[in-house]
Amino acid sequence: MTVSSWIQKQRYLIEMTLSSLLRRKGKFTALIVVYTSIVFLLASVMLFTEALEREARIVLSGAPDIVVQKLVAGRHDLIPRDYADAIREIRGVTSVRPALWGYYFDPVFGANYTVMVPEAFDHGRGEVAIGPGVAKATGSEIDYILPIWTSKGKLTSFFVKELVSSESQLVSADLILMSEADFRMVFDIPEHLATNLVLEVRNPRELPVIAAKIADLLPDTRPVLKSEVQRTYDSVFSWRSGVVVAVLIGSVLAFIIFAWDRASGLSAEERREIGILKAIGWETSDVIQMKFWEGTVVSLTSFLVGVLGAYAHVFLTSSTLFEPVLKGWAVIYPEFRLVPFVDAYQIAVLFFLTVVPYTVSTIVPSWRAATIDPDAVMRA
Amino acid sequence: MKRSNAYLAFLTTAAILFGAMFVHAAVSRRQAAPRLERTTEMVRRLDLTDLCLFTEARYTRHPTMADVNSLFQDSPLSLEHYPAGSLMAPPDHLGRRQ
Repeated sequence: MTVSSWIQKQRYLIEMTLSSLLRRKGKFTALIVVYTSIVFLLASVMLFTEALEREARIVLSGAPDIVVQKLVAGRHDLIPRDYADAIREIRGVTSVRPALWGYYFDPVFGANYTVMVPEAFDHGRGEVAIGPGVAKATGSEIDYILPIWTSKGKLTSFFVKELVSSESQLVSADLILMSEADFRMVFDIPEHLATNLVLEVRNPRELPVIAAKIADLLPDTRPVLKSEVQRTYDSVFSWRSGVVVAVLIGSVLAFIIFAWDRASGLSAEERREIGILKAIGWETSDVIQMKFWEGTVVSLTSFLVGVLGAYAHVFLTSSTLFEPVLKGWAVIYPEFRLVPFVDAYQIAVLFFLTVVPYTVSTIVPSWRAATIDPDAVMRA
Repeated sequence: MKRSNAYLAFLTTAAILFGAMFVHAAVSRRQAAPRLERTTEMVRRLDLTDLCLFTEARYTRHPTMADVNSLFQDSPLSLEHYPAGSLMAPPDHLGRRQ
């Protein structure tokens, strides 16, 4: 058989397969819709997770080398600034600075903000810079007044002097930046205390050693390394998390039902069809090829449409379907569009997990039906 | 048009779109590189440690800075009641050091 005649034969087989599938239009459409939805859901979770983890790893590469927190009775406490002096003595530590940050619950809008003191604040007292999420929630613009209740119960007005760029929403949506004096006034924090200490280390390979030295020197502290910060976001949407387990179990069960439906045998109509084909002279191999195309038409179509739909969903519509899940009970939610980090290996795994099992499970019962006497198949 | 031709045309179009997906991803990555660089710089300048993904509670806003007791801030037997808890595992370093 020449290549061109082989191709011609395959085209006839595809024609025959499509006619056969379209005779059962309802079942075929339902199968394609469900199959595509499962691939779409799995691929969306996969693409979203991968892109978020990669982006987190990149932007958090700017995180402090080590953050030192003080723990009292298992909970965080403000750290004395003189702890910095002790840590500065450790060889390899190039800088230690106290950091001030905390949370503020806005009773008017029901939102939580992260209030921070930057190392270099470009504005004066009574002035703040706010993140895009805060601006959106409060409807604030430049020179608007942002009222904040101090811990003493006094209402203080701050002038909005800067809107943090919305391109960095993924890290800055809920930020309020203010001067150190304002921060200490709002939260009533004495001069000698800070929220935590931020360290820079000369050689990144020495980080674990320095962390161990800090823990020895100041046993009531907990050092958090940059690598630990970056690794934390590797477990967003990990397979063990509740929502993903629900999606995975649903998808796996759906595939088991598909495979079981195909592998447990063919419908009477499909058997009769095979019997007739055999009776008019089709070889067993022809029947198997036709069934191979049937499996391929269903699974490949669903795979391609599902993955393309998932890509559009995650990277062109900012994961609209996941937004309610991610938003949870929060008032402030960043509006971000992830950078498409598409891992070809993951797409290949998805292909082998979805297309191959279905195609194989279509062929096996057809092979069994095709090897039986056509007369017996048609009468059964 | 024969059905087989129509389907093969569809497959070809889908395959081209599939390839275009990788091209779009590569181009978008290149275009986003300066933005990511600026965001990384902001993280460095402000000493940020976490993504602003879940602002519901302090331990979901800054999971890397949380302590293991913050989940139980309302009661020792309180169950996690924020949806973020079903999306993200607690950081490894939290369990190891306590």
